[in-house]
Amino acid sequence: MEYELESFYKGLVDHGLIVPVRVQGAFGRGAVFEDVLEHFNALVTHISKDDAAEVYTFPPVIDRTIIERTDYLDSFPHLAGTVFSFFGKDKQAKELSAKVHAGEAWGDTQGMSDVCLNPAACYPVYPVIAGTLPPNGRTITMTNWVYRHEPSPEPTRMQSFREREFVRAGTPDMVVAWRDQWLQRGLELLTSLGLPAKSDVASDPFFGRAGKMLADGQKQQKLKFEVLVPVISLEKPTAVCSFNYHQEHFGHVFGIRTADDQVAHTACLGFGLERVVMALFKTHGFDPKSWPQAVRSRLWP
Amino acid sequence: MMIEKIRKILKDHGRLNKDPWALDEAADLYQAGMTSHASVNVMLALEGEFEIEFPDHLLKRSVFESMGAMRDTIAGLTKGS
Repeated sequence: MEYELESFYKGLVDHGLIVPVRVQGAFGRGAVFEDVLEHFNALVTHISKDDAAEVYTFPPVIDRTIIERTDYLDSFPHLAGTVFSFFGKDKQAKELSAKVHAGEAWGDTQGMSDVCLNPAACYPVYPVIAGTLPPNGRTITMTNWVYRHEPSPEPTRMQSFREREFVRAGTPDMVVAWRDQWLQRGLELLTSLGLPAKSDVASDPFFGRAGKMLADGQKQQKLKFEVLVPVISLEKPTAVCSFNYHQEHFGHVFGIRTADDQVAHTACLGFGLERVVMALFKTHGFDPKSWPQAVRSRLWP
Repeated sequence: MMIEKIRKILKDHGRLNKDPWALDEAADLYQAGMTSHASVNVMLALEGEFEIEFPDHLLKRSVFESMGAMRDTIAGLTKGS
């Protein structure tokens, strides 16, 4: 199989799977693309049904103080998106209008609002589970739209996409065992769909020189794993699922305590839903009707 | 003395759960409560104090894991200057 960015993007567009828009990384999704995505997400729900995870849905905007308190702006200033809105009166509205219609920059007419775009599906969960956890901890799942400021011609690198996430909060032993179980489960799920998936230790795309240290620390401590599938490159496969062990980070910031009153540990895992769908199209072709029967019956049981 | 300056920087930036003067040079600072983000602030403070710039290949967790490791790295960077 050949891996090539432009022909893959063209294939997605030509088959109506994605709908280009003027800016990069913000394309629309066609009906067939969405059908595959929804059925994959339903399959994730199916294989995890015995976990009895609590289900939440959050909007694409979250409390801005969450990214301020969790060091997100220290680690990923380049990826964050904060919502700025108009707070003026008539006079300022006229100035805004004049600037827009004159093609001038109008950013200075806006002020920072209380919300930011959600950078990862699990972020709004941590303040919600503040306080003392039940003896077995908590497991939560959600599908949320997330934002990353990284416009790119590469279809797998989007500014806005959906993550199906699971979060586990509890003692270190509980959290690590859960993460390891899901790493295996995630690999099995993806290989059962005919995807050549492999797992590897990974690091987040931290910003700048400080980021080099943070990434090295994350790798040395094996805090992040990814499941990778070749989509646009065989040598640099695409992460379709990632597992992050945060240790005490969120427990400390938001006051999440275990039943025996220790700072709770947390971990999360997320399937990048659009990326899984693209991996399926790359591996099995652009028409799901021609996919192997074993894959079809798994997604459309 | 270099270790004394490193202890002072750790007190100001290391967010340790122990007094830096109570730790020996080989003590694991991550075990003593230094977070990854705190280690970045320590790195920046060392650069300011010793007028050095850590090259990319030294921006690693292990370089900042003990006072001794930091001293040896800084000594290597300032040698001959």
